Amino acid sequence: MPLEVAVATVHVDGKTYRMNADENLLHGCLSAGLNLPYFCWHPALGSVGACRQCAVKQFKDEDDQHGKIVMACMTPAAEGTRIAIRDPEAVAFRAAIIEGLMLNHPHDCPVCDEGGECHLQDMTVMTGHDYRRYEFDKRTFRNQDLGPLVNHEMNRCIQCYRCVRYYRDYAGGRDLNAFALRNTVFFGRHEDGVLENAFSGNLVEVCPTGVFTDKTLKRHYTRKWDQQFAPSICVHCGLGCNIDVGEHCGTVRRIVNRYHHDVNGYFLCDRGRFGYEFVNSHLRIREPLLKGKGVSAETARRHLHERLGSGKAIGIGSPRASLESNFALRTLVGADRFYSGMADNEATLVARMIDILRRVSLRTPTLHEVEESDAIFILGEDVTNVAPRLALALHQSVRQQPIEIAKTLHIPLWMDHGVRDAVQDRKGPLYIATPYATVLDEIATATFHAVPDDLARLGFAVAHALDSQAPSSGNFPLAPEIAHALKHARKPLIISGPSCNSEAIIQAAANAAMSLGAPLSYTAPECNSVGATLMGANPLSAAFRAVMNAEADTLIILENDLYRRAPRADIDALLNATPHLIVLDHLVNPMLHNAELVLPSGTFAESDGTFISSEGRAQRFFQVFVPHGDIQESWRWLGQSFWQTLDDVLAAMAAALPQLAPARDAAPSAQFRIAGAKVPRSSHRSSGRTAVSANITVSEPKPPDDPDSPLSFSMEGAPTHPPGALIPFVWSPGWNSIQATNTYQQEIGGPLRGGDPGVRMFEPAANGRSYFNGIPSAFEPRNDEWLLVPMYYIFGSDELSLSAPGIAELATRPHVAVNAGVLAEGEDVEVYCAGATFRLPVRIRPDLPRGVAGLPVGVRPITGLDLPAWGRIVRIT
Amino acid sequence: MTPVGEKPLTKNMRPDGSAVGIRAYEQAGGYQALRKVLRGGTTPKAVIDEVKEANLRGRGGAGFPTGQKWSFVPQGKDAPNPTYLICNADEMEPGTFKDRLLMERDPHQLVEGMIVSGFAIEADVAYIFLRGEYVLAADRISRALREAYDAHYLGKNILGSDYSLELYLHLSGGRYMCGEETGLLNALEGKRANPRSKPPFPPVVGLFGKPTVVNNVETLCCVPHIMNHGAAWFRALGRTQDAGTKLFGASGKVKRPGLWELPMGTTIREILEEHAGGMRDGVTFRGLLPGGASTDFVTEEHLDTPMDFTAMTKIGSRMGTGTMIVLDDQTCPVGMTWNLTHFFARESCGWCTPCWSGLGWAERILKAMEDGQGQPGDLDKLASQAKMWGPGATFCALAPGAAEPLQSALKCFRDDFERHIREKRCPWR
Repeated sequence: MPLEVAVATVHVDGKTYRMNADENLLHGCLSAGLNLPYFCWHPALGSVGACRQCAVKQFKDEDDQHGKIVMACMTPAAEGTRIAIRDPEAVAFRAAIIEGLMLNHPHDCPVCDEGGECHLQDMTVMTGHDYRRYEFDKRTFRNQDLGPLVNHEMNRCIQCYRCVRYYRDYAGGRDLNAFALRNTVFFGRHEDGVLENAFSGNLVEVCPTGVFTDKTLKRHYTRKWDQQFAPSICVHCGLGCNIDVGEHCGTVRRIVNRYHHDVNGYFLCDRGRFGYEFVNSHLRIREPLLKGKGVSAETARRHLHERLGSGKAIGIGSPRASLESNFALRTLVGADRFYSGMADNEATLVARMIDILRRVSLRTPTLHEVEESDAIFILGEDVTNVAPRLALALHQSVRQQPIEIAKTLHIPLWMDHGVRDAVQDRKGPLYIATPYATVLDEIATATFHAVPDDLARLGFAVAHALDSQAPSSGNFPLAPEIAHALKHARKPLIISGPSCNSEAIIQAAANAAMSLGAPLSYTAPECNSVGATLMGANPLSAAFRAVMNAEADTLIILENDLYRRAPRADIDALLNATPHLIVLDHLVNPMLHNAELVLPSGTFAESDGTFISSEGRAQRFFQVFVPHGDIQESWRWLGQSFWQTLDDVLAAMAAALPQLAPARDAAPSAQFRIAGAKVPRSSHRSSGRTAVSANITVSEPKPPDDPDSPLSFSMEGAPTHPPGALIPFVWSPGWNSIQATNTYQQEIGGPLRGGDPGVRMFEPAANGRSYFNGIPSAFEPRNDEWLLVPMYYIFGSDELSLSAPGIAELATRPHVAVNAGVLAEGEDVEVYCAGATFRLPVRIRPDLPRGVAGLPVGVRPITGLDLPAWGRIVRIT
Repeated sequence: MTPVGEKPLTKNMRPDGSAVGIRAYEQAGGYQALRKVLRGGTTPKAVIDEVKEANLRGRGGAGFPTGQKWSFVPQGKDAPNPTYLICNADEMEPGTFKDRLLMERDPHQLVEGMIVSGFAIEADVAYIFLRGEYVLAADRISRALREAYDAHYLGKNILGSDYSLELYLHLSGGRYMCGEETGLLNALEGKRANPRSKPPFPPVVGLFGKPTVVNNVETLCCVPHIMNHGAAWFRALGRTQDAGTKLFGASGKVKRPGLWELPMGTTIREILEEHAGGMRDGVTFRGLLPGGASTDFVTEEHLDTPMDFTAMTKIGSRMGTGTMIVLDDQTCPVGMTWNLTHFFARESCGWCTPCWSGLGWAERILKAMEDGQGQPGDLDKLASQAKMWGPGATFCALAPGAAEPLQSALKCFRDDFERHIREKRCPWR
């Protein structure tokens, strides 16, 4: 336990334990490694005392022989408490609770997706209940279609209320509730329909039974014990949430949350959880292609080296490719011929952001620290759609100030309903300034919707209100209010980012943070935008010039659909002018038309590598299965002649780019062993290994070797829990479900044993405070033109997840959003912008300012536009 | 001098069942307690002390000392506000109809009781949380509230004093759990009527998170009389150490089912035989639930027990609400037990496992038994279920209340249960 925690001596079954005195007995017993069953308590949700499963006997003192039944989750771990878990009455009681829960349960484990990782199964076994006395009918329900991501099977429900507590109280969702009463409580929507909350997928882990399960897994189901896993990092935004990837027979089956105390905690967003299916997509590039025809890897490599022989090859990197892959390309073509994969504006912004973060005198907060912040100012970012997991953290931030009420009333913070009854609907200060209304607006204290320049001016005004030395930008009534809230907070926080494509916004946010000395958090567009920027590269526009000026005759593009970076006409011109185009990527994209050589690049599930998140945390992701055929890691395609293993790449990168050297320590090297053994990717119960390919050959194939990591493609290896960076799946004797995460933590809900993985790459400098003063002028709408602003969609704006069927179903369709006016909802119009024309249906968005229209980012065919930009909208008559 | 035969709660009530209007209430001495208390000099604390001294205990079934409950509310300028006083008028305990009488016949007594009690706890807002099915009471209370507001007994600066109170009537959507103190708070907040854990207690975190006191109708009706005549007078009304009068009732096959205001500590036998007239011709007494459905059966041997808070617990039962349900020999005890268990199972809010799961199971076993499908081992299952519903094992008192009639029926009428199983039928049908 950390030093500053109050400690209580608690007696359990005659032995003495030191427990966190601010916590309850269930938390204390689990932290001490004692097996006490529970359902309704959750480390992130606190205690409510509903299920009665965690019953123990409490004794007044040493002489009390009788004791009384109490619920461990509802009893403080006070100094001198005496309890017995193994008291016969308590044991019988807990078994009887399971009996009560199982009365109406369908006992359908063999056909239930949860089987094998089911908390109800585990707790049933733990209590020893094993005989069914109930002889009457079971109550049943009609299930609902909740959309393509989460499956609903209500008969299995044990009425623990975790789902609605998580969905409504923790995640702010409204369309899931408890209906009816007694033993017929129904958890669902008021009617069938897609769950609206962007974090609905966590229901599949929060639900201790098979009521809410992963619908994508269901379509290609495999038992947890048969899946092969690896620790990985989500590729669908810049936050770097930790995940475990489960595969079987060469296809990814599902994503599970990998607990990280400082980053994602217990929860993921739906894009991260369900976007993985692009790995299995029929759009995968599965073999090298030379002039459109499949060739061998050998032929492909030879061709690549021939092209490099001319000495005029240049390479364009990618903000979604790993450090290793970017470095391999850079090494291959040479640093001076290596170009950024981000459009110039974006690259400049991200570079500016990193520069600022290294300059302000306070930490870039972790997501956990965001949760603990108590006053927030968001400038320019639609957080729910751009950095979704951050929005979930902000739902907790707005509780921080109101929770003080509970403290003054001496209500322990883990007593969830006591705290919520005292706090009621109060929320702490959250101010959101964006071009359009965002999902988080509904928990905001106040919002301000304006064009990016005016948002920046608000930011500058807030800074000026906090420190008159900071430059002023004019009169904004909301600015003093925001400044006041930030100034009087214990832990204020400014959030901004590059989403508005505005340097002024980035700088205004920096001014605000500097004026206050507050932490500053910037979102990053992609999973390695920060890493690619730290590596450094020439601007993308220079690559275009090099090709157009015939200085380059071979263009190698790494994991990057350039049509998303610049207007179509520009990319068409570039590709047509490129004598030799070489593309490495996972999925088919329009550039393949022009590609002379296409190399099939392994996805995150088929590669090892390192990403640096928006927090500046370098984290390693590991291969979960060896890719099919000739698919291999991009860094291997590009760097095979220099390096053999991942560690070789990392060593070379550290030597060539010292600013990236700390990234080596994101995870143990491939030499790491536990008592001489590697870390197995499969569970010791993995079955059918020898039979899976018996139809092809009876001889069991040797498991593939893994030279790049300390993980093995095997069920054999070290049986003990590995360090945080290497945890492929969670399991402990008796704990088959995700709840086994408890056994990996020093203290429940706290850091992992051995520390949470990843290396923070930038820490604050000494006091730097020189204000930016590039204040833009006020927006002036134009009569015949619209200012087109970018609008972000959690389902739609991310490239890779769009090839996951569930995400695609929910993704936004191409449209143009306008304030109400002469245009009608659904009407087709032509939008002219930067020389391109798009025919799009109208969506009315009254929250957009006058004279402003919105275009969805990343949605074909409206990709690659440099927004905001002026455009015209013409009705089609 | 022991005042014998004083009936403060029912003295104004008319045989024709009509409600006492404000003028008649005032003429009978009504609103004098309020005037007395609002005259300068009486502090809220003084009222609390008087009520404590009077040993007034809650008449909703739990019997918690009222003055003590009031003293938990933070007082003074710095106390959180608003403070709420809530009258729990969600009378749904099977067999109980005493609050109904008080509200239908003499609504101003309750209103005055609430204003005086509100003053004592410095309440700003008060609610009468009324069982929705009590439409006549709703009608009469509404009228009484209008009359009280018109007479400046409610609203801002009552009778020209510094004290203000808004009093609202709220009709419950209907469910037994709304009569549980904390379930009521959640229902009034517009949430599901699940109970809350205590601590925190309502005087600290109550309605909308503010200090709140919840009192029963009958309890509040006693308050004006205590303030008018004093604590000693109130204590003297009772026959035992428990104070005041109590509305006692009887239902079942007795000659005169009804309600009577009698001294606290009147024996069960007196209520049953003198006031209710004993059993009807043709039936004999087998047992009774002395205080509504959630009390333990009392048989012949204990009929001389005084009905008060203390003596009843000594014989393993409770006074509860004081309205008894009488079982005769022509009525099946298993059927009665099933009827009660069916009620509790139906009303379980669905929060804690032993209640929502166990009550339903017990109800099915009893139904099967009644239908001639009882199995050997059923009685053990019922007994072990009843044990699961002990206080502390469950989240609130609903299931422990269900346990009382069930486990006492299994004790008192075990032979009858066994006959159902052996003979594969209900012998009473």
